[in-house]
Amino acid sequence: MVPHTEFESYYGRPVIKAPSWAARDIAGYFFLGGLAGAGSVLAAGAQLTGRPRTATAMKVSSLAAVSLSAAALVHDLGVPSRFPNMLRVLKPTSPMSVGSWLLAGYGPAAGAAAVTAVSGRLPRVGAAATATAALLGPAVASYTAVLASDTAVPAWHGAHRELPYLFAASATAAASGMALLLGPTHESAPARCAAALAVGAEEVATRAAERRLGMVAETYRQGRAGNLLRAARLLTATGATTGLLLGHRSRPAAVVGGLALLAGSACTRFGTFAAGVASAEDPKYTVAPQRAAANSSDEAAS
Amino acid sequence: MTDRHLLSGTEPDLARDAGHPEPPPRVGFFTDTSVCIGCKACEVACKEWNAIPQDGLSLTGMSYDNTQGLGASTWRHVAFIEQQKPQVPAPDGRTRLPLVEAESDPSDGAGGELRWLMSSDVCKHCTHAACLDVCPTGSLFRTEFGTVVVQEDICNGCGYCVPACPYGVIEQRPSDGRAFKCTMCYDRLGAGQEPACAKACPTESIQFGPLDELRERAALRVDQLHAAGVDDARLYGHEPDDGVGGDGAFFLLLDKPEVYGLPPNPVVTTRDLPTMWKHAGAAALSLAGGLAVSFALPALLGEKRKGTR
Repeated sequence: MVPHTEFESYYGRPVIKAPSWAARDIAGYFFLGGLAGAGSVLAAGAQLTGRPRTATAMKVSSLAAVSLSAAALVHDLGVPSRFPNMLRVLKPTSPMSVGSWLLAGYGPAAGAAAVTAVSGRLPRVGAAATATAALLGPAVASYTAVLASDTAVPAWHGAHRELPYLFAASATAAASGMALLLGPTHESAPARCAAALAVGAEEVATRAAERRLGMVAETYRQGRAGNLLRAARLLTATGATTGLLLGHRSRPAAVVGGLALLAGSACTRFGTFAAGVASAEDPKYTVAPQRAAANSSDEAAS
Repeated sequence: MTDRHLLSGTEPDLARDAGHPEPPPRVGFFTDTSVCIGCKACEVACKEWNAIPQDGLSLTGMSYDNTQGLGASTWRHVAFIEQQKPQVPAPDGRTRLPLVEAESDPSDGAGGELRWLMSSDVCKHCTHAACLDVCPTGSLFRTEFGTVVVQEDICNGCGYCVPACPYGVIEQRPSDGRAFKCTMCYDRLGAGQEPACAKACPTESIQFGPLDELRERAALRVDQLHAAGVDDARLYGHEPDDGVGGDGAFFLLLDKPEVYGLPPNPVVTTRDLPTMWKHAGAAALSLAGGLAVSFALPALLGEKRKGTR
């Protein structure tokens, strides 16, 4: 248990440097990557189970999301013209390197899946691309949690076991929201079911993370992060409930539910991002847990 | 199975494991803050030698320290800590500045003598350097001297090293976008010279040399201070089995690390990376599994409905 008492610091200045990433770019990237990745799995499932309109819609949405997310990533670089340097090396110790290669494989597959679905040409290529995108999609949706937690940011690193599940659940919520929004109501049963599962999983992952984080968990409840995450809970719950109860018979209800799920997923990502920044900017979240760890290891040694 | 872990723990053969076949001995800094006089010559020498741009003139009002901290354009930073401490015997060689009367301020409950702690901070050149590990371009590399350097022509400004550093050292320069930090004067080392900050330090508070030698010297100095009654003297970052595998730049401090703005128990962020990838893999599988269930359930329910009809 981390004591919630006084801590010492150098005139209150942060110990670690907060990420210099722009929230719109990087939290936006987390959201879009999740939407694209989970969307590709949904598209493949819809295609296999004879839901062609949902399949095509999700392929197009995944292509759009992954294109936007790549644009956000490049936009956030200090020297965008040097983006290709990302592909100089493949480093398993760098989640960003792994992610760049993952996107390099996933992006073209998602693109081919969408183009063949819309044009109706090259069905075999389309099937292969759909399958590839569906295989890489879950990785695209969940690796971003490793990207965030492989930092010294207390709110992210401390939750490194739970964040992947939270991100995967949030990605599922976004993709099922998109399917409710774009797909016809008679094809939306899996999306409604997935949204309900995602809401449950998100709740479990969030609670587990807060328990493990101890006093650092307050960065998820306070300020901007707290507001965003409260909105996220409300929106995803509303979206999933609306979808589940009315999504199969009312088109407007499906649209409202879908939009709420998408907005909820975006709020989850921006809220998590804000919690990380808040935890990096206040030295107490770095010093207090480390001091407690140092003291307990000293006690164990003596 | 040995205890050896590639991402954390002790690493005796750092440069060779990084691919340098015949490396010179690992070098580093030992910064003995007990003899720092806060002249900031190291800050200036570093700026001059490395041609680092200015970061603007601002008065912080927090102490005599107007540099505030390490950053993209500050690779050495001298912290000034003003404290009210109950009677501490002055160690040999420490400059005592007659700033105020030695009597305690009646408004301050702690009482005691006002003292200044000064400490020149720098990149720690960790044995397990998170910045190097997470860099996606290979811009950060381990030199033959065991130090960590950014290659400016490869850095694309992704900024990942910035939150990865457990010490808050490396930073992106706003005007430029790329990340910068102390190179331990890699250019000077290659020419057999010591880094500019160590060269400029008038009190030998900053000592440069082979790391093993520095660690021995530091241990002697701590014993000396303890014998002189300075019980708070302690080494920071010297142990090769700490959270970052030991620092290439370590310190003798006269108070807790957090007082100087240093993390008390830093851990290389990539130590937990195998766990992270494992959970991300499980999460990816759960995502696929969850969606598979979502497709299977309606189908099963649909079958049932058809069956009962």
